[in-house]
Amino acid sequence: MSDATSDAVIEVRDVCYTYMRGTPLARQALTDVNVRINRGELVAIIGRTGSGKSTLIQHFNGLLKPDSGHVLVGGRDIWRKGVALRDIRRQVGLVFQYPEHQLFEETVVADIAFAPRNMGMSQANVDEAVREAMRVVDLDYDALCDRSPFELSGGQKRRVAIAGVLAMRPEVLVLDEPTAGMDPRGREEVLGEIRQLHEAHGYTIVLVSHSMEDVARFAERLVVMDGGTVAMEGSAREVFRRREELVNMGLGVPQVTALMAELAARGLPSTEDVITVDEALRALLPALLGASGRANEGEREGEVGA
Amino acid sequence: MEPVIRVENVSYTYDGGGPGEVEALLDVSLEVMGGEFVAVIGHNGSGKSTLAKHMNAIFVPTRGDVFVLGMNTRDESRLWDIRQTVGMVFQNPDNQIVATTVEEDVAFGPENLGVPPGEIRRRVDEALALVDMTGNEKSAPHMLSGGQKQRVAIAGVIAMRPRCIVLDEPTAMLDPVGRSEVLATVRRLASDEGIAVVHITHFMNEAVLADRVVVMEGGRIALRGTPREVFSQPAMLRSLDLDVPQVTELAYALRAAGAPLTRSPLTVAELADDVAAIVGVGRGGGQS
Repeated sequence: MSDATSDAVIEVRDVCYTYMRGTPLARQALTDVNVRINRGELVAIIGRTGSGKSTLIQHFNGLLKPDSGHVLVGGRDIWRKGVALRDIRRQVGLVFQYPEHQLFEETVVADIAFAPRNMGMSQANVDEAVREAMRVVDLDYDALCDRSPFELSGGQKRRVAIAGVLAMRPEVLVLDEPTAGMDPRGREEVLGEIRQLHEAHGYTIVLVSHSMEDVARFAERLVVMDGGTVAMEGSAREVFRRREELVNMGLGVPQVTALMAELAARGLPSTEDVITVDEALRALLPALLGASGRANEGEREGEVGA
Repeated sequence: MEPVIRVENVSYTYDGGGPGEVEALLDVSLEVMGGEFVAVIGHNGSGKSTLAKHMNAIFVPTRGDVFVLGMNTRDESRLWDIRQTVGMVFQNPDNQIVATTVEEDVAFGPENLGVPPGEIRRRVDEALALVDMTGNEKSAPHMLSGGQKQRVAIAGVIAMRPRCIVLDEPTAMLDPVGRSEVLATVRRLASDEGIAVVHITHFMNEAVLADRVVVMEGGRIALRGTPREVFSQPAMLRSLDLDVPQVTELAYALRAAGAPLTRSPLTVAELADDVAAIVGVGRGGGQS
């Protein structure tokens, strides 16, 4: 039986995992990890390289099997007898780092159709799933269907790769550093697409990211990994309040958060926790305008005096 | 002083006359001096990498000339000298490592140059010290972090004693810690070793640390100057879809709303100083 509440899509309970277990090279990558992903959430996982982020998300769809503990998808323990991992991997779509390196078909459509066809979807359903997936990631079906995926721009290639996972119609989309190695235009393109998937299409999304600025803008909840454990969890605002701890983990906070902390340390009364440029603008403007008003008056008096 | 790299009115066309003809560079001119750290930013397809590949004669211009310490890259008889003068480091650390230990990997270049064994040992030790990897001589490269691998790749180039290092997005695949390790290394090569460094990057926080920034767009140099000159034009950068550092963007927005900020800050500390001076709280060093 399961005590999962209805809104948990993925639950990781007391999971431990060791790479190359039983060999001299054994390395414990996860220790007693508990994470819960709720339906409809956009969660970001942050942490430095080697903190266990990628290991954790590979547990979400059963690519890795925990040494101990449980992984539940939709309330079902995925390692219990009788659970088909094939179904789990369809429910939880995993987009790896540099997914465009895995494109291989001759046309965009063939590439996106690969997984659903392999899962035994009928041709008519595959066609529909491919069109739908391309629509969702804003790729023009008519213009691109017969093109080679290798001729596309970096941002487009990555969206083809994401569409290939979406075509399986997963409930949860898990993306490992979806903007890694992209130029700013490509990054915005892919992040915009992810936000759209979440807001307009209702996908539950988990993404691994190294950009504190990006997660401050996008994520509803952060999970901070450090040394194979969950070190913090909460809204971006709650997490970025703990700046020193984050810095000690080799992470940081958005520049504007660091700025406000620096000003607070110098005696500027801080009014709120700032994590975006807009918030910093609203927090600082009154003091700056007030001060400049006084300064102008001072100048005029000075002129009179001279 | 003679520039290490001199790019003169260079245009380059891929597949000239063919079906895939693309003008990747259009009349680009640029000089890089020894000890200078130049950051090149711009989108994929803007011509950054094409420009970089002209600097050690991987590409030869369609029109115009590139000189490396005065040697024209068209002069095939000087190719060996040119490649020894200008070393390249690429994006993916895993594609650049050839040996099974760190020291063998770093020794690979000088061995190929026919450097005597005793001298190789000295160069390897020196190069590893420069990239802060001393103590990892016997490590297996695949067990290192991304930042460490890139520093080994840089050491491999240093061991050839180049006058210039061109790094084509060396930090793109690294996490923030790895990025700052690599960046600290390349800055030191310029400032302490007098090496000319050309650093191609998508990260504006890295460009901020350069002596000079070159912004490429559509095969041309769209903007160039000190980081402050370049980043004081956020509207221009945004029209090119490039980021600016958050503090620069914030200062710009504050100024637009009437705040009396004058300079374009590049770092958190700079903007903190400027705001503190206006509102009359302490300067630096915490509590006032």
